[in-house]
Formats: sequence, structure tokens, C-alpha cells
Amino acid sequence: MAFDFTQDTVKAWRRENGRVGVRNHVLILPVDDISNAACEAVANNVKGTMAIPHAYGRLQFGEDLDLHFRTIIGTGANPNVAAVVVIGIEPEWTRQVVDGIARTGKPVEGFWIEQNGDFETIRRASWKAKEFVHWATELQKEDCPLTDLWVSTKCGESDTTTGLSSCPTVGNMYDKLLPHGLYGVFGETSEITGAEHICVKRAATPEAGEKFMKTWQAYQDDVIEAFKTSDLSDSQPTKGNILGGLTTIEEKALGNLEKIGRTSTYIDVLEPAEAPAKGAGLYYMDTSSAAAECVTLMAAAGYVIHTFPTGQGNVVGNPIVPVIKISGNPRTLRTMSEHIDVDVTGVLRRDMTIDQAGDALIEMIRRTANGRLTAAEALGHREFSMTKLYRSA
Amino acid sequence: MTATTQPQLLVHDKADNVGVVVVEGLTAGTEMLCVCTEDNSDFRLTAKADIPIGHKVALKDLGAGDTIIKYGEDIGKMVGPAETGGHVHTHNLKTKRW
Repeated sequence: MAFDFTQDTVKAWRRENGRVGVRNHVLILPVDDISNAACEAVANNVKGTMAIPHAYGRLQFGEDLDLHFRTIIGTGANPNVAAVVVIGIEPEWTRQVVDGIARTGKPVEGFWIEQNGDFETIRRASWKAKEFVHWATELQKEDCPLTDLWVSTKCGESDTTTGLSSCPTVGNMYDKLLPHGLYGVFGETSEITGAEHICVKRAATPEAGEKFMKTWQAYQDDVIEAFKTSDLSDSQPTKGNILGGLTTIEEKALGNLEKIGRTSTYIDVLEPAEAPAKGAGLYYMDTSSAAAECVTLMAAAGYVIHTFPTGQGNVVGNPIVPVIKISGNPRTLRTMSEHIDVDVTGVLRRDMTIDQAGDALIEMIRRTANGRLTAAEALGHREFSMTKLYRSA
Repeated sequence: MTATTQPQLLVHDKADNVGVVVVEGLTAGTEMLCVCTEDNSDFRLTAKADIPIGHKVALKDLGAGDTIIKYGEDIGKMVGPAETGGHVHTHNLKTKRW
């Protein structure tokens, strides 16, 4: 009998806004780079919390500043986060971040360093962090439908085996779960180059298709044409991709697009870190193809589990979102299996079908939602990389 | 295809003119079992070089200017030759995009 995904449940945390989280982090969140030290001190004082230091947040403006706030607020608002202590250098932007996160209904409190100093800020923030930890650790998990999860995807260190095995595995998972209420998202604008004519046809509506082509064309004009010094053959495909046998961007893009399966269509195109707002289904997000940046943006949009096909062995993780690694490359499984959660090498041996591989991934999503640490979590991969659009003022 | 025999080369689509090596340590002269994933049909092809796992093999004689088809789609053009069973990569294949 076929597995009935609509009846499957996971034990997870139902948040104040109704969203389902699969982790229960208490975050110590810096608004800006110069507040990292205070955040790390608080996280050191209070066990069970996590600081996520980052490189930006001062003198940004315009769209770049909007993206900074969207990423920071979105990270705090993610359902995998139970409560947040926010620390910034000054009160105005700190309050803006606190107010943004507070809209989810979760506990959040802000502290600022100017006129307090690190010592006093750390002392007060540590008391609040300890209170949040006691509160969060008593929150109980409840039965939630598997398809209430928001599951993102992006592949990395791709090779020709990703297009044959691990990417279609994700595609098969989406084809099975999206019709039952799952939220999905894929992106990587630079890596769609060579398959954009196919990607545009996978839009659910002409409007979504037009929005995709506009996003893709803007990337070609504003990034590639504006900044290239030669062709992109030296960075897209990457050196790792080339070692793995990928030769051209077209070949890489076609393999990448296998992640949306055979029948799935995207209903809207999102700005980086923008939360989906048109209901359940698949979305396209305008992201870089750099692994940590892309996963960070999707986490900030509210996705709670990430599925990550890799060929040559990308090791990326995320502080708040479990990143499930899928690989079908037998050499990668032989040399670096500690990073891989789902082994689909059977697809290349022809003793595992894509349908079976998709089921194996769904099973790993279920186990991960129930609490199994991913390889990236067990190995301490917490890459939090903000996307920056242009130089600060 | 023989269910117990592992293929050395996989081809996505019947229209493709390249396939992908899916085993480690493939040496020149190996008569490869090749499987097309589209319909599970198979054929035999002799590798003309030691070709690493993941790298592409020409399914027919290819010359400069030829379009390479994989996934049934255009993935670039040849800038040098490859004989049937030969290695296709950055030394003889280039993007048409940038």
C-alpha cells in the first residue's frame, strides 16, 4: 500500500502564530557586527542558547538595509526559534528588529550597548536569556501533520551525479508532498542560467513566469554584465563542479532544476528572505547560488527543514534549520560519509528507483522533524551568511 | 538489462550524445554497460580513455561546432574533437552562454 503522507504526523512545536517548528532554539541575535561579542558572551553565560554572529548591520541603506532587516527579523521569527534576545549597538534599529520578531507572538526582548557598555548589557541580557531558556525547555511537542512543514531546497558542490540521483530525489519528494499542503522553495538565480527557458514553463501562472524571467534577466544585467571581467567559466561551474565532471552552466542548470520534480509548479517568485504569502505550494526565491547565503535566506523566509543534494560533498549547515544532505556519488559516500544523511548511490547502481529515493528522503524529513540531528548539526555546522547587495554608506 | 549488473555509464535521454561515468576507476578499453535512465534500455560501449567518475563520454564521434545534448537539452558546443567512447569535458566542450 502506498504511504499516505496526508495522515503522517511528526512531534514538533506549534508556535504562537500556528506555524510548526522542529527545533526549539533560544537565539541571542546581534543586530549588527559590533554586537557579536556581547551576544557570544550571553550565550556563554546561559547554556541552551545560541548566538549567531554575522558580519553586517552598520551604515547599510535602501534595498540592502531592507534585506538586512528581513534576514535578521526572519531568522528570529522562524518557527524553529522559541524565543529571542536581541542585542544592538543603539536602541532604534534594535527596537525595529524586536518589533518585527514580536509580530509572531513569541517572547523577544532587546538590549543596546550605547550608554550601557558590554558588561551591563551582557548582565541584563543574560538574566532574560536564562528566563527564556527555562520557559522554552518546558514547551511540549505535539502531533503536527508532516505536510505542515515548510521544506526548502538548494544543492551544492554539484556534479553529474546530482542531476542523476540526489536532485531528482528532492523533486520526487516535492511531487509527493506539495499537493498535500507542504510549502517548498528553490532558487539559485545564477544557476538557472541555461535552463531558464524550462524553468519559466514550470510557473503555475503566466504572472509567476513573467516575474521569474524578470528576476533572471535582472540578475544577468545587474550582476553578470555589470561585474564580469571574463566569462564566468572560472566560477560557474565551480572548480569542484568541474572536478566532478560538470562542464557548462547549461549542464549544471539542468541538473539543478531536477529538484522541482516532474509535476511541481511554482506559484510565486520571492525576493531574498521574503516569506511566502500565497498559500501552500512551491515558490521560487531570488538567491545567490552560494550555499550558506542561500540556506540563510530560505531560513529567514520561514522554512524549517532544508534538503540539500550534493555530489562532490558540500558540508554546509545552518544555525536554526536542520540541513539534510543527500548524495548519490559513491566516491563521496566512501570518503566523507559523516556529512551525508540520505545515501542514494543505489540510483546510480540501478538498484534504487527515484520513487524509492524520494520515499527515503521523506522518511529522513520525518525523522529530522521528530528530533534526529542531521549530519551538519552533529558536526557543528552553523553557517549564517547574510546576503549583501552593495557597499555600505 | 541484467538486474544484477551495475552499469558503468548512465545516459539521461535517448536524444543525448554524451553519457556519465558512474563508477570509480574506469580504465581505457573497458567495455561499459550503458543504461538510458529514460526507459532502462541498455547498450555496450568501449571506453577510449581512463575517465573519472562523473565525467562525460561521447556516445558518437563529435567534432568542433557540434552541439552537445544531455537531458535531451543543449548544454554547449564542442571546441575540439572527441571520438566515440572518448572523454568530453572542459578541454573540448564549452558553454554557449558566457
